[in-house]
Formats: sequence, C-alpha cells, structure tokens
Amino acid sequence: MRLQYPTNIHIIKVPCTGRVDLIHLLLAFEQGADGVFVAGCLEGDCHYMHGNLYARKRVGRAKEILDTIGVGRDRVEMYNLSAGQGSRWAEIAREFTERIRGLGPSPIRVAHEKKAA
Amino acid sequence: MIKATPKPLDEVISYIKDYNKILVAGCDGCVTVCEAGGMKEAKVLAASLRLYFQAQGKEAEIKETTVTRQCDKEYLDELKDLMESADAVISIACGVGIQYLTENYSKKIVFPGVDTHFMGANIDRGIFEERCAGCGQCVLASTGGICPIARCSKRMLNGPCGGSDNGKCEISKEVPCGWQLIYDRLEALGQLDRFETPVDPKNWATSRDGGPRRIVREDLRKAEPAHGGAH
Repeated sequence: MRLQYPTNIHIIKVPCTGRVDLIHLLLAFEQGADGVFVAGCLEGDCHYMHGNLYARKRVGRAKEILDTIGVGRDRVEMYNLSAGQGSRWAEIAREFTERIRGLGPSPIRVAHEKKAA
Repeated sequence: MIKATPKPLDEVISYIKDYNKILVAGCDGCVTVCEAGGMKEAKVLAASLRLYFQAQGKEAEIKETTVTRQCDKEYLDELKDLMESADAVISIACGVGIQYLTENYSKKIVFPGVDTHFMGANIDRGIFEERCAGCGQCVLASTGGICPIARCSKRMLNGPCGGSDNGKCEISKEVPCGWQLIYDRLEALGQLDRFETPVDPKNWATSRDGGPRRIVREDLRKAEPAHGGAH
C-alpha cells in the first residue's frame, strides 16, 4: 500500500506472537529500546490457535515488571490486527511512536548514554 | 512435586537493593515444572533486576544460572565459583534448596525468591492443587487413593463431618469435601465396607507434629566391614 509510517521502528518478525516470550520484551529494554509493541493477529484468528492470547498475557507481565522498576507500563503494548490491515499498521506505528515520544527516552537508555559519555 | 510461586518483584528488590554483585540461582527440579524457579524464571528475574538497577542509575552485576537441583550437595558444589563472586544470592529453588544452599555456603547471604507452598499435582498449566501433606503414614490404601489428610480441611480419618455440604467443604464452595470424594470413590470400587469399622487415631508423630524429621535408610548405606578387615 506504500503508506508512510515512522522510521524509528525496528521490526522483528516472528511466525506467531506466541513465539514472543517475556524475556524478549525485557531484553529489548535492556538493550536500550524506548518502547516495545507486540503486533499479533486478531483474537480468534491466530493460525496457531492461541499464540496471540499467550502474547497478551506476557505483555501484561512485562507491564507489571516495568511499573515495579519505575520504567512504566505504557512503554510496552499489545496490538491486534490482521495482516491485511495496512492502514491500521501505519496507525499503530504512529500512535505508539507518539506515545513514546511523549514519555521521553527510556531511563535505561539515558543511564547507558550517561555511562558511555 | 513441590509447588512454589515467584515472590513479588518489589519484595525481591527490597532484599538486594544495596548489593551490587548478585547471583540468581535457579533449580531444574520441581520449581521448573511449576514455572517459578527454572532457567526461564531465572533469566526473567535477572533481567528485571538489571533493568531496576539501570533505571536507578546504579551499577550492578547480575548473573543467573540453574543447577540440576539444590537439594543435593554434589550439584551445589558446581556453584562454587559463581557463589564466590557474588555479594548476595537469590535462590529461586524451593524452600529446601534455598536452605541447603545456605547451609553449604554459610558465609554467603542468600535470599528466597519464591514462596514454597505444597506437594501437589499439575491440574493444567498454571493450576496446581495440593494432594499430599507428607504425614509419614500413608492411608491411601483404605480411602480409594484419596488422601483425607491433604484433602479434608480437618484431616479427619472417619469423615465426613457435619460441614460437608452438597459435596463441598464448609470452608469454601470451591473446595470439594475430601470425604465426599472418598465415599464416591469407595462406592465405585465396591469398598464401602471400609466405613463399617472406624479407623484408630493416627500416630501424628511421623508428621510435622513430631518435629523436624529425618529418614535414615540403612539399606542404602554402606555395610560395616564384617571382620575388621583393611579399611
């Protein structure tokens, strides 16, 4: 569809969001991500039956951990859309980017950069 | 197996926040099965703690590992180097492993990272139910394989009591009456005559009530040499 969406998004493709585990979400933040979102199929349409349902729970656990350590639950999110929803993808990308811009850089990344300086 | 659940992260943080070389020690035994203290959980806890320290702007070195089990000295010995380099250790093994680790590394500060609950079965993923109370004198032969100690709230031996209500225990609608379960099973097995003779009071000395317990299996130990031969 050649729609424009923000360029600051690094996409990691998985065969199903059920493949995404809690540790992957945490490692992304450890490595300096300001925000992480998991985009899975519409609920009920998962080709592997419940992968996207497990993913939602794992994103929930990540939110709790990020809240406890002071990074904030809003930096990680679960979205559901179908592979055919190009405009929804662009909308999610824009929406999430706006949200993270509003929150500012992740305190982890700030700490890394201070250390490197 | 033994069932445990991870402690809340803020509680674990409160234990280790003033240390900066931390080891998260997991166990490949029971806590792996109930997804509380295996390699996956050790990695998640270590990553969460790293993120915590980084978000605080504090330096910390956090390592994670598991051993086959923490209730056997031969596996605890494998931790020697990692234990040496840590200021504080969070063990996410069951209560047995946490204590045995502490006993074998008595100069180290060890904190629990899980709450240990009971001996139970895996009903479904993430659902565990208590089945055995470790009373030391198993009566399952006469109760159709259903334990009146673990599954009856009052640990009665000649149940049910007056609180048995439509097959549920009076403490909660979610808890089946252990003796109802036993009755139904003995009926199906044609063993209802068990109820004709009351069972004698149990000897609770073999249970927790007798104090901390110890088993010595002489048959598993080495024999003494028969005729004072060469050592």
